[in-house]
Amino acid sequence: MKARVHVMLKDGVLDPQGEAVRHALGSLGFDEARGVRQGKVIELDLEDGTSEARIGEMCEKLLANTVIESYRIEIL
Amino acid sequence: MKAAVIVFPGSNCDRDLAVALRAAGFDVTMVWHKDTGLPADVDLVGLPGGFSFGDYLRCGAIAARSPIVSAVVDHAKKGGYVLGICNGFQILTESGLLPGALMRNRELKYICRTVPLIVKNASSAFTNGYRDRQAIDIPIAHHDGNYSADADTLERLTGEGRVAFTYAANPNGSRNDIAGVLSENGRVLGMMPHPERAADPALGGTDGRALFTSLAQSFADA
Repeated sequence: MKARVHVMLKDGVLDPQGEAVRHALGSLGFDEARGVRQGKVIELDLEDGTSEARIGEMCEKLLANTVIESYRIEIL
Repeated sequence: MKAAVIVFPGSNCDRDLAVALRAAGFDVTMVWHKDTGLPADVDLVGLPGGFSFGDYLRCGAIAARSPIVSAVVDHAKKGGYVLGICNGFQILTESGLLPGALMRNRELKYICRTVPLIVKNASSAFTNGYRDRQAIDIPIAHHDGNYSADADTLERLTGEGRVAFTYAANPNGSRNDIAGVLSENGRVLGMMPHPERAADPALGGTDGRALFTSLAQSFADA
């Protein structure tokens, strides 16, 4: 089985990289891009039957820094 | 006085840190990250600057989960002293020994220059060689030194005198200009600036030396 983990900076944490991307979009004429947040996608190739709780542990222990990041698990 | 400096793949300030500690009188052992334990009777553990594990995933994230860092966490929990500089500070926040996180610099650029700091707490074992509010010049060299923590944590750090150093002119966007923080018991210090790079006149500055001599004096008095 495969799972995908989306890691994003939490709301309220300034994202200087997303902000730089927003500026660049603006300079290309995409004025409708009012905000950009940049995150990470991590794909996991897992043993069949791995529980979502187990993937959650991976996120809590390593894949996300929950001081500043939130994560979302997507089972594929 | 015994110190151990941990060497990770990608550490590049480990020998500089060892030189500064030896100059202050420490007997220094270099410890490879795959070792599972610290040498016996170590007083101080140094986590050096560099790019441990290539900064993969997040700066310090992989190093913080290595077996040797579990031993460092145990050492700290037993009241041992730990000094983390630059990448070492990132490892300390990733391991949970210090609160907050180090994010990408506000201007998204790697910054390598000497900056003025203010000593905010001159009573810790690391900083008692300085005067309260003393201005010192220490080099920084980082891409991810933008200290971030939630409002409650920032208030607690300030209220408990756990902000060791602030930037006189904030170079990287750090909340409350924070450059270095202490643990609750004052025995773990993490800082982005490099005192070991300002510990000998040949390096262009000596304002960092007092940090190492303060520590040595603390152990000599103990």
